[in-house]
Formats: sequence, C-alpha cells, structure tokens
Amino acid sequence: MSTQTAPKTKPQIAFFDFTSCEGCQLNKLNLENHLLEILEHVDIVEFREAMDDKADAYDIAFIEGSISTPSCVERIHDIRRRAKILVALGSCAVTGGINAMKNLQPIEDVRETVYGKDKYLFPTLPAMPVSAIVKVDYEIHGCPMSIPEFLVVFKALVMGKQPIKPDSPVCVECKLRENECLYDRGMVCLGPITLSGCDAICPSFGQFCTGCRGLVPDANKNAMLDILTDHGLSLQEAEKRLLLFNSYKQPDTFK
Amino acid sequence: MSKNLDINVHHLTRVEGHGNIVINMKEGRLEKAELQIVEAPRYFEALLKGRSFHEAAIITSRICGICALGHQIASLKATEDALGLEVSEQTILLRKLLVNGATLQSNVLHVYFLVAPDLLNAPSVFPLIPTHKNVILRALRMKRLANDIGDIVSGRAVHPITPVPGGFTHIPTAGELKELRRRLIEEGLPDVVETVKTIKSLAGRIPDFVRETEYISLQDKNEYALYDGEIFSSDTGATAVRNYRDITSEFVVAHSTSKHARHARSSYMVGALARWNNNHNQLTEISLNAAEEMGLKPDCYNPYLNNVAQVVECAHCVEDSIAIIDRLLELGLKNEKPNQTPTKYGVGIGSTEVPRGILFHEYEYDRKGNIVFANCIIPTGQNLANIDDDMKKLVPEIIDKPKKDITKQLEMLVRAYDPCISCSVHLLNVKFINDSED
Ligand code: SF4
Ligand code: SF4
Repeated sequence: MSTQTAPKTKPQIAFFDFTSCEGCQLNKLNLENHLLEILEHVDIVEFREAMDDKADAYDIAFIEGSISTPSCVERIHDIRRRAKILVALGSCAVTGGINAMKNLQPIEDVRETVYGKDKYLFPTLPAMPVSAIVKVDYEIHGCPMSIPEFLVVFKALVMGKQPIKPDSPVCVECKLRENECLYDRGMVCLGPITLSGCDAICPSFGQFCTGCRGLVPDANKNAMLDILTDHGLSLQEAEKRLLLFNSYKQPDTFK
Repeated sequence: MSKNLDINVHHLTRVEGHGNIVINMKEGRLEKAELQIVEAPRYFEALLKGRSFHEAAIITSRICGICALGHQIASLKATEDALGLEVSEQTILLRKLLVNGATLQSNVLHVYFLVAPDLLNAPSVFPLIPTHKNVILRALRMKRLANDIGDIVSGRAVHPITPVPGGFTHIPTAGELKELRRRLIEEGLPDVVETVKTIKSLAGRIPDFVRETEYISLQDKNEYALYDGEIFSSDTGATAVRNYRDITSEFVVAHSTSKHARHARSSYMVGALARWNNNHNQLTEISLNAAEEMGLKPDCYNPYLNNVAQVVECAHCVEDSIAIIDRLLELGLKNEKPNQTPTKYGVGIGSTEVPRGILFHEYEYDRKGNIVFANCIIPTGQNLANIDDDMKKLVPEIIDKPKKDITKQLEMLVRAYDPCISCSVHLLNVKFINDSED
C-alpha cells in the first residue's frame, strides 16, 4: 500500500465471526509482516476476538463463518444495515464450507449424535453461506481464506477499487507451478473443478485438492465423477469427496 | 452484610468463540456463577460419520483454527490406532516439531495479544502499538517464527496440509530445517529471554487467587509430554489413554452448548498449568530458569498463573525444537511414502496435548475404512466446570470491590484459561443478573 493514495480519513473496518473455526481470523493475525502496515491505513473499530471496543457503523465489514442459528440470522441483518461494504471471508462464509456437511443428514440425527437426549436444548438451522441471508459484496475463498487473495481484495477496497474475481480451476495454477499431477502418482484430486486463487497450495505439498474454495462457475459434475471413479473411487466415495466442502451447493445445481 | 450483585457479560471479548459470564448474588448468597457457552454447535461428531480415513483429519482440523494442528494429530493417531498403521521415527519427530510450533504460536498470541492488555489496562493490543512498539514487534517475530515451523513442515500453519495417516505427503529439506534452527537460536532464544523479563515486570498485576483442584495432563516417561503419553491425574495417578472415558465423563448442562466434564472431584483443570504441576521436572533448563525468574513454583494453585506457565512452555518449545531438528538432520531426511495400508479395522483412540490441554479423539472404522462412530473430547470443555468452580470461590472473596473491578477480574479469570470456544462447542461474555449493588 502506498501512502500517497491512502484516503485522508481512514476507512473504519470491522471483523465478525459466525459459525466457524475462527481459522480465517487467525490466518489474518498471521500476517505478522504486514499487520502494522495495514493498521496505518485503516481503523479497526470492532474485532471481538482481539479487542473490547464496539462501533455503530463500518465502511467495510468482514464476515467469517456460516449462518446456522436463528440468532446468527438476526446478527447478520444488523451488521448488513450498518456496513457500506460487506465481505465474506473464507469457505464457511462464502459457500457454507465444511459446516454445510451437516445439511446432508437429517438434522434430528445430527443433534442426537452429539447431544443425545439433550438435543432440544440448542436451536439450529441448516448451515448457510452469508449470501443466503444478506447481500455480499465480495468473497474471499478458501479454508482457510488465502492470505494473498485477502491482501489483494483488502488493498483494492481500501483504495476504493474493484477487486478481480478468479474463475479458472486450480489445475491452471498447479500447471504453472510445474507440479507433477497427483493423478500420475495414483491419487485423486478435485483441482479440475475447484476455483483457483490458492496457488495450488495443496497439490504443491503433495496433498489432493479438497475443493475447499468452491466450484468453478461451469463445473461439470459428471465429468469429475468419471475421473474420480476411473482412478479407483467407488461412485459413492466420489460423490462424498465432492461434497466435502461443497454440501451447500447440492449436486443437482451442478451443470 | 447483605449484598446483591448481577453481572452479565454478553459475548466476552479477547477469547476465541462466543461465551457469556453470568453472576447472580442475592443477599450475600451466590445463586449463579457460570460461564455460558453460546457458540453455535457445529456437530463434528455427526459430520465424521461415513467419512473415509483419508478425510477424517481434514475435517477435524476445521473444529478450530487455533488448535487445528492438535486436532489433526489426535485424529491421525486415532486413525492409525484403529487401522494398525505404524509410523516412522522421522514422522514422529516432524510431528513433535509441529506440536512445538503450534504451542509456541498459540501461547505467544494468547499472552501478548489477549492477556497483556488486561495487565496494562488497555481494551486491546492495538493502543499498545505506539507505546510498546518493541514488545509488539518481538511478539510478532515470535509468532512468525512459530508459524514458519508450521508453514515449512506442514505447508500451512492454519489447517496443515502435509500430515496424513501414516506419515507426510511432503517433507522439508535439510536446508529449510537448518535455516529454522538458525532462527530458533538467533531469534527464538533471545526473544524468549526478553519475554520472561516483560512478564516478570507485569507479574505483580496478576491477581492473587488460590483454589487447589485436580490437574490432568498427559505424562511421558521420556520427556515433557506434549505429543504423546499416558493420562496423569494429580489426584489418582497414571492411567492408559484407552481408559479416557473414565477420566472425562462428559455431561450436558443447559447453560452451555459445550459439554462439561468431571473426574475425581466436581471439576478438574487441563492446560499449561496442569502440565506444569504434573511434569515440571522434565522441562529444559532454560524453561526451569524462566519459571523461577517469573516466580512460578511447582504445585501452583492460582489459575491466573496459567499464563506464566504458557511462557515457560514457549522457552521449552524453542529449545526442544532445536534438539528435534538436530536429531532429524543426524538421521538424514528420507522421502517416505505414508503407510496407508490398514492391517485391521475397529476402534482407535488418539490423545495429545494442545495448548489448552489434553485432547482425545476416538473413532470406530468399518471394513471399508469409513467412520461409523466418532467422539472428540476438547480441553476447553474439560475446563468449563473448573472455571465455574473458580468463579464460585472468587466472587465472595472480592465481593467488596466495585462491580467494574469484579467484572474485570472474572473476565481475566476466564481468559487465563485461554478458552477455545469454537473447539469446545461441539465461549465468552460476563453476565451479572440483578444490577442492584449496595
Ligand atoms: S473457512 Fe475454514 S479456516 Fe475459515 S473459519 Fe471456516 S473452517 Fe475455519
Ligand atoms: S494435482 Fe490436482 S490440481 Fe494439480 S493438475 Fe493434477 S488434478 Fe489439477
């Protein structure tokens, strides 16, 4: 960020957490080398995990986590009313992420598995992305949200510009990094239908893409299932793998 | 003296997750003193059903971003136990290095960014940046070093990538490990020494409160137990990890979406202070000196000093990481394929120490390698009953103070445990119920 272009009054920004692991917020605190610099350009007015202060209005509100209880719904409406720009941070907020896996099972069974006969003590809804309830202006994908992507969007918004959205699959970034394809090493990988922007971090470390960033716009489910079953998964295993991070977007909404 | 007090801290700040503190005293009788956990439940045990052993650790990592590595380790150990997968010495050493990195990062974050503002009367770390710039830069440097251990060995400190059942998908190079070793010695050790001085200078502001309780942690014959060991209770001694349910007996209470636990008494404590009380004689020399300098003595019954025990562990993690890297380099790094050929199917239990205390995962697998049953027992859940018991003793002791001071001291108490509420729901605000104070 260059000092010349910083606006005269600093943007008021806030961070909120909903149903999540708070890993995205933590990832942000892991920006050790950039943190003090960022703080010179914005005022953080609310960030419950790190500070006591509260504020009434925000230029940019960053939302982590899924909507999964009636009180989440109330709280997100309230934040939306007070925020000029609302950014969803990480898979839980953008696609429902891992939380949405619970939507695949009857909710009564899910509650009973965890709380037994005491299941009625705690209310729950299906896990939903933030955009299911309120308008979301920008999305930063990933589980955890990718730091380079966060910095790009953050800088653009603070400078009043439009960030560019990725739409190619992870395979493109993976090829650019000249990785040996995991399919050639006898593994299976969701890179072909997963949205890029992570710099293919998992395949670059020898691990399969889990699909955590959500699907590319024209994801072809049947072609992906064919690839997975050709490489040793049963149809049932292949479908489950696709749903790991993409349960909210049910398979029939694929093309 | 008849006394009424109502405290209600809604969504306690500077803790991980959502919780409320509720205190209600009527005519000098304490009717309610509880930490209410209001985090939305996430139902991980249900999510694991039907999932393959390749996916279990990927899913459980998402229980908590701060304890992600710990959840992965416990998960991998449970899976390996259930499927009969042996792992190599190199795998164990790399995992121990990761555990040190994660413990260091979490303890630094907690002590510097979440607890220090209380001791300096600030609402957060941000106003301290201009006045304590060198201290903050040191904290950021230590966090970066800790996270670099995670980034280099596991691909990413939050939700590690490379640790899988049976081993690693990728290992660091000797050059990367040597560079880490250099930084641990040149940055890590001096920064730990300075941290000890900072905490020593603030130690007088840590509340003086004593309540003896049962302390539970892992214990390992050969070393200060963070990665592995047997369960050890200060009341009842050692027991095998396989008997963990006898220790944790979980129960559901209405004021918390996180289950509570009890063992020999109405509550027990886990975490850095429990580890210190049970295993302090196995710490490295630098850590023991640090403890002495900050005034932390064995058999410490002041829960606020959990934060001092965390600093002592920072010293240990830096020193122990250097020793682990030396051993890895001596063995010579080998590209090993993860051992993922099950030799049996059934029940497996994995336990490890995460920064907040002892963690258990138990899975049962079917013959296809899919989970049919899962149970995860989280440290913060184990500490909740102990926090309630602490508050019940503390409130009457400080009841003559102004309400603002009582609230702050209660918030500090809860923060001292470094509660991890996302984890435990499967926490935090103080509520005092009638506001008539006389
Ligand atoms: S997207 Fe992933 S890292 Fe971020 S809060 Fe959700 S589970 Fe945690
Ligand atoms: S490893 Fe995965 S992301 Fe990389 S090219 Fe192969 S399928 Fe695509």
